[in-house]
Amino acid sequence: MNNLELQKTANEVRKGIIASVHSAKCGHPGGSLSAADIFTYLYFEEMNIDPKNPEDPDRDRFVLSKGHTAPGLYAALAHRGFFPVEDLITLRRLGSYLQGHPCMQMTPGVDMSTGSLGQGVSAAVGIALAAKLDQKDYRVYTLLGDGEIQEGQVWEAAMFAGHRKLDNLVLIVDNNNLQIDGTLEEVCSPYPIDEKFQAFKCHTINVDAHDFDALRAAFAEARRVKGKPTVIIAKSVKGKGVSFMENNGSWHGVAPNDEEYEAAMAELEKAGEALCQK
Amino acid sequence: MSEIRKAATREGYGKELVALGAEYPNLVVLDADLAGATKTAMFKKAYPDRFFDCGIAEQNMMGIAAGLATTGKIPVVSSFAMFAAGRAYEQIRNSIGYSSLNVKIGATHAGITVGEDGASHQCNEDIALMRSIPGMVILNPSDEIEARYCVRAALKYRGPVYMRFGRSAVPVINDREDYTFEMGKGVLLRDGSDVTLVATGICVDSALNAAQLLEADGVSVRVINMHTIKPLDEEIILKAAKETGKIVTIEEHSIIGGLGSAVCETLSEKYPTKVMRIGINDQFGESASAQVLFHEYGLDGEGVYNKVKTFL
Repeated sequence: MNNLELQKTANEVRKGIIASVHSAKCGHPGGSLSAADIFTYLYFEEMNIDPKNPEDPDRDRFVLSKGHTAPGLYAALAHRGFFPVEDLITLRRLGSYLQGHPCMQMTPGVDMSTGSLGQGVSAAVGIALAAKLDQKDYRVYTLLGDGEIQEGQVWEAAMFAGHRKLDNLVLIVDNNNLQIDGTLEEVCSPYPIDEKFQAFKCHTINVDAHDFDALRAAFAEARRVKGKPTVIIAKSVKGKGVSFMENNGSWHGVAPNDEEYEAAMAELEKAGEALCQK
Repeated sequence: MSEIRKAATREGYGKELVALGAEYPNLVVLDADLAGATKTAMFKKAYPDRFFDCGIAEQNMMGIAAGLATTGKIPVVSSFAMFAAGRAYEQIRNSIGYSSLNVKIGATHAGITVGEDGASHQCNEDIALMRSIPGMVILNPSDEIEARYCVRAALKYRGPVYMRFGRSAVPVINDREDYTFEMGKGVLLRDGSDVTLVATGICVDSALNAAQLLEADGVSVRVINMHTIKPLDEEIILKAAKETGKIVTIEEHSIIGGLGSAVCETLSEKYPTKVMRIGINDQFGESASAQVLFHEYGLDGEGVYNKVKTFL
């Protein structure tokens, strides 16, 4: 996909996030929106996947370690064809296959159940290890929150991945700088993130999470790196794409009401129309 | 009388992993810097390419095992019970249990017979923790021979299994031609009509010894080896309750949440029966040799005998 197509798709993913969280009356729009471009790039450009064969043993894998941003993952999966887009609004409802946090048994295309922070990255390491063991060339991607890296398990996983030279593994840190209780600096600063991962024998790349050229270059660089896992630190804007949610931590885990939903969707519709004019 | 052979259940675990390595090409073994103690070092030696030392990072190890399992590997992860079931409880619940991934947890050094290391390492709570996870199978073998059958059964079964092994050498009691092992089925070791001793793990030997002493006093004792704590063999317990009237549970584990609790849950709902729970009371252990502690805490044959006498 070219950048314009990616932008259009990301805009649709953002609409899916707003629609599903609004429908559920709860969920996590802020971090889903900040990662929407990353989800889009992974599922529409980077990863070797087939919606018709979601269990293909040779497929690339994605583990959403920051599992609370499931609405973003679900929207990307739906638009990629893993399940109907109309089903997004069943998010968090009784009987829905779209659980509050990703559940691999229930949702086509979800490679690992996650939700408890710090755990997904270890599973991604295990999958990358399996690929090495089986001498398969599929790649493994995992998305972490920047607050999530306060979890010690993340560093246990990074140490193992660096030690085992898992160059088929890419960690992406969605660095929107906001967690529930405030900014990262206010709560418990993990900075400098890149130097920390470098100390754990990982290759690091700093990018703008909303610039598809930058994402394209970063993921291409990650493929060229041998003998080390790559960590892409993606500087993002929490709530990106919905102006009243941007850089506002209070939208971490709150759904828009009907009025806010209308405003958000109108803004995204307008953005989509502008992209179609290009 | 000839000397009874003794061996630790962890020995059987280590040996059987090596044997199964040939049968299961997808079997991989993970440890957290305790391979010598957990006996996974035997597998490491035989299959170095399928052994992964995760370092002292049990939580990450459980997650790696979960990831491996999603690709069709059968990971067996090992650490001491305290750090497997205890430290990594949430990883076992969320990364392994929730998705019913095919991971086997081989937890060694369970219970107070860890001995001299003391309370920080004596995990008397692991069965309670694992029992609370939906779908988790729990196996607790009574000797080295049964340990090997447990590992074999766990590998054959698809889904998460928690296997509990001990550090100390204990009498080998299942060395007989007609021995069979069926996951989820209690084993009637001795028939009797006055009281039933339901024991698990290394306390099965204590139950057999206590039964002998009780028999000398004219008490007819039934002994059941409950190597599978979950799913529990309710049938054999209900039958024993109906036929002997009194049930005693014996385990090297807290009386809260383990075999005793499981048996009481079944009986209180289906056939209320008087039960005596023998195990570690609501307390931490302490440092001493395994043998001294086993006696001190009333878990050997003599201790069980004395307690059961007060119950009859």
